Amino acid sequence: MGAQVVTITSGKGGVGKTTAVANLAVALAADGARVVCIDADIGLRNLDVVMGLENRIVYDLVDVIEGRCRLRQAMIRDKRLPELYLIPAAQTRDKSAVSPSDMIRLCEELRNDVDWILIDSPAGIERGFKNAIAPADQVLVITNPEVSAVRDADRVIGILEAEGKGTPSLIINRLNQTMVKHGDMLSAEDVLDLLAIKLIGIVPEDDQVIVATNRGVPVALDHKSRAGQAFRDIARRLKGEQVPFMNLEAGSSLWERIIRLGRK
Amino acid sequence: MEGSQALIQIKGLRDGLLVSLGDAEWSQARAALLEQIEAQQAFFRGARMALDVGNRIFHVNDLAELRDRLSEHGVTLWAVISESPTTEKTAQLLGLATRIAKPRPPEPAPILPQEVGEHMALWVARTLRSGTRLEVPGHVVIVGDVNPGAEVIAEGNIVVWGRVRGLVHAGAGGDEAAFVCGLDLSAAQVRIGRVAAFVEDGSASLRREGEIRPQKVIVKDGLLRFEAWQATLGKGE
Repeated sequence: MGAQVVTITSGKGGVGKTTAVANLAVALAADGARVVCIDADIGLRNLDVVMGLENRIVYDLVDVIEGRCRLRQAMIRDKRLPELYLIPAAQTRDKSAVSPSDMIRLCEELRNDVDWILIDSPAGIERGFKNAIAPADQVLVITNPEVSAVRDADRVIGILEAEGKGTPSLIINRLNQTMVKHGDMLSAEDVLDLLAIKLIGIVPEDDQVIVATNRGVPVALDHKSRAGQAFRDIARRLKGEQVPFMNLEAGSSLWERIIRLGRK
Repeated sequence: MEGSQALIQIKGLRDGLLVSLGDAEWSQARAALLEQIEAQQAFFRGARMALDVGNRIFHVNDLAELRDRLSEHGVTLWAVISESPTTEKTAQLLGLATRIAKPRPPEPAPILPQEVGEHMALWVARTLRSGTRLEVPGHVVIVGDVNPGAEVIAEGNIVVWGRVRGLVHAGAGGDEAAFVCGLDLSAAQVRIGRVAAFVEDGSASLRREGEIRPQKVIVKDGLLRFEAWQATLGKGE
């Protein structure tokens, strides 16, 4: 009954929350689901840019909450996928313009009209983060295989457990198998060993993500991209499907790289 | 004023005010509360309020209305404590806390020193994540890991059946006869009494390397000494 509310958070900034939200949303919507993304990073909005919808913003999240427009008016329809919507953050306000109960009310209003509500959390563990997790049925913690990102993820998991949000699932983003092999990067096992929560996906490092982000076309739409494939797999796991984890080795072999060079 | 004080009780907490309602009708209690707030505006302005409503049943409208009324007076309704599951659910729906003085979770209720005797220890069967601080006025046994960014401070000994990558401070009251045991202390920050040891290479602290060697740390000649933690070492202690 009603939509699943999934919040993506990380503690540390710059690990790929916004990219993950955009890609999971696109992957779910491309599969026919009705999806709304909410950018809860008030004051530092990004999700609209990553989804290529920046120029279409008229109303934003704070306008809805403060009653300047109806919810429907703030929902921007995606260019490519008719069942994908974005509720953008306000750029000129800050986190205090929204409260956790506002977010809960908003999601309750949306619940019956869509299948998925994905919330892009701001970095940190303060008000904005609390807003983002308040309505969540499920939380995904995203981290990079870096000591500082993992430390912050650990803190966030502790807070989520304390708030009674249950144990979140983990996305490890930007894993570079070659560096892991050379002992220059934490492996997925190292990260899981510390965080000890369920893994829902590993996204390999992929230059295409940066290209896609700059173009406003999420990489999940690119069927050649390995990161895109990883996000599509995570979307399927969110739906409860059993999807085997992709072989990361293949992506970093010399042959694979030569083939990829040839594609350009 | 006299009357309203009997209907409600206001107590100061570490992080706000706790208002307990007596047995009176809700409408009366509510009026009494608002009356008090009006009467002492300066005191209430900017306050965080937790409301203990006993077993009264509240629905979303009631609570939302109350919250809005309170916020008009500059009072933030932050928690609603109730024995009624319906009311608790309502409060949660509005994003209000339903428990107060909620310490960070791995911190158990404060233990009085006399409860933890020479031969007793606090049992903590969970992993302590970053940001957790556990202070114990005696010995502590942790079954789980102590992650980087977590801190365990004990006046007595610390035994960790798990990997220690955070800070562990035994004998925090200055007792240098205290010790720390762990299944893997290679990335731990260990302190005993006033003696400290630091991890050489913090960046490697997440990496799993080599075999796990259980270790025991004691103070010897004013320095920390890491030795293999073997059953025989425990004899006579």
